[in-house]
Amino acid sequence: MLNVSDYSVAYGQSRVINGMNLDLGKNEIVAILGRNGMGKTTLMKSLIGMIPSSGGSARLDSTELVGLKSYQRVAAGVGFVPQGRMIFSTMTVEENIRTGLTSTGSSTIPEHLYTLFPVLREMKSRRGGNLSGGQQQQLAIARALASNPKLLLLDEPTEGIQPSIIREMARTLRRIRDEHGLSILVSEQVLSFALDVADRILVIEKGNIVHDVPAAEADESTITRYLSV
Amino acid sequence: MFADYSSSELLAIFAMQGFAGLSLFSIFVLMALGLAIIFGQMGVINMAHGEFMILGAYMTYLTSNLFEALMPGLYGAYFIVAMVVAFVSAGALGALVEWAMIRRLYHRPLDTLLATWGLSLILQQCYRSIFGAREVGVSLPDWLMGSVAVTDMIEIPINGLFVMVLTLLIAAGVYYLMYRSNWGGQVRAVVQNRPMAGAVGINTGKVDRMTFALGCGIAGVAGSAFTMIGSTGPTSGQLYIVDTFLVVVFGGAASLLGTIASAFTISQAQSTMEFFLSGSMAKVLTLLVVVGILMLRPQGLFSLKIRR
Repeated sequence: MLNVSDYSVAYGQSRVINGMNLDLGKNEIVAILGRNGMGKTTLMKSLIGMIPSSGGSARLDSTELVGLKSYQRVAAGVGFVPQGRMIFSTMTVEENIRTGLTSTGSSTIPEHLYTLFPVLREMKSRRGGNLSGGQQQQLAIARALASNPKLLLLDEPTEGIQPSIIREMARTLRRIRDEHGLSILVSEQVLSFALDVADRILVIEKGNIVHDVPAAEADESTITRYLSV
Repeated sequence: MFADYSSSELLAIFAMQGFAGLSLFSIFVLMALGLAIIFGQMGVINMAHGEFMILGAYMTYLTSNLFEALMPGLYGAYFIVAMVVAFVSAGALGALVEWAMIRRLYHRPLDTLLATWGLSLILQQCYRSIFGAREVGVSLPDWLMGSVAVTDMIEIPINGLFVMVLTLLIAAGVYYLMYRSNWGGQVRAVVQNRPMAGAVGINTGKVDRMTFALGCGIAGVAGSAFTMIGSTGPTSGQLYIVDTFLVVVFGGAASLLGTIASAFTISQAQSTMEFFLSGSMAKVLTLLVVVGILMLRPQGLFSLKIRR
């Protein structure tokens, strides 16, 4: 599905991701945990093409993503939910979802998105910027799903969301995976959410994967040690 | 200053100056629509916008000469053709400029000011070399000549009415394109957050080019309309660029409705006061009022209420 090998990303001279190897199976949900500044967001942004990678390869099925522009990666099947959600705040909910349809060439919003997130149907003519944090998160996910991705990247989706909604979100993500048969790569700082949602847990430190366990066998105290400052 | 006139004369003066102001209003709206897209939406300070307008005016001049020489029988229809030619040529030049220059400057908005100012000088010299330094004018077709007499004292020129109707149609078209079409949604997404728009699957480079070309194309149509109220010279565009920026900023940078409202206010104020005062005093007063209002409402007349 997604094969990242010997992958590096650098800002100028400072390397943030350093020869990383990462594999993601079909229908698999993988959570990447790590402290601030360990390269989670950098990895996500470089996989969608917002920042360039400086070496290695990232293949989605048979497509090499490195060197493609963001919109070409979306067309190849990558969906992206950024940290801080980055809703187009002056556009309505419906228009926001519609931007995600660009790469499909369709102009009707698929019904299943509203089934998944009924609140978006109620709010569809409100401006995106006037939604609550949790609603914006749902909108950002719906926008990414509108392009029919094979792989969904979520960067810290729990940031700034209240705890009860976090549990709900874990269920929703698993449901999306089951219904659409896509793979999900999610970066996180909250361990409980990662254990709820993921099949496999990775820990990233200084731009490299240092720990890799199935969620069922994950030992909380070991991982907590990686996460504590 | 009103004392010398009777009340019925005053009414007639206001009505006729008002309609004279409408021609100015039309040019302002068309210029400002283009600039509202380029400056308000894309954040590019296009100092060469006036030169794109003048390109449209010269194209109108060429088209009229062509019609006069080759098919004088169809001269009445030249203006319609000229507008299309003006739109296409200014749009094409806009696309070329975006590709060669502007797309490298999106993250340096202030540099667009210098670069496009240089472009405006280059274009002015091109016009001077090609068309000569003397101003050129076009003759209006018969059906645009004359005026409608509403009362004994009030007469409304037909060409002014025509330009105004045209302007409103174009404004409605632009509104539809920006706020009701999928393409407009993509433009607004790119404008708000270029990297994120790419990450939802929008080809941002292509959208930028089309948007810039559209803004320049509309400036070209403004040039067509301009030939009706003034004669065209290489530097005629310069006179309008400052006013146009004023209109866009006063209206609220991202609001099309605000642009139209502010173009109306500024052109009417200017036109009405010009009759009683000198032209430059009228301008000074208009500017003072606009500056005053902008101090109270820095975001312009119309702005969106949104959490940022």
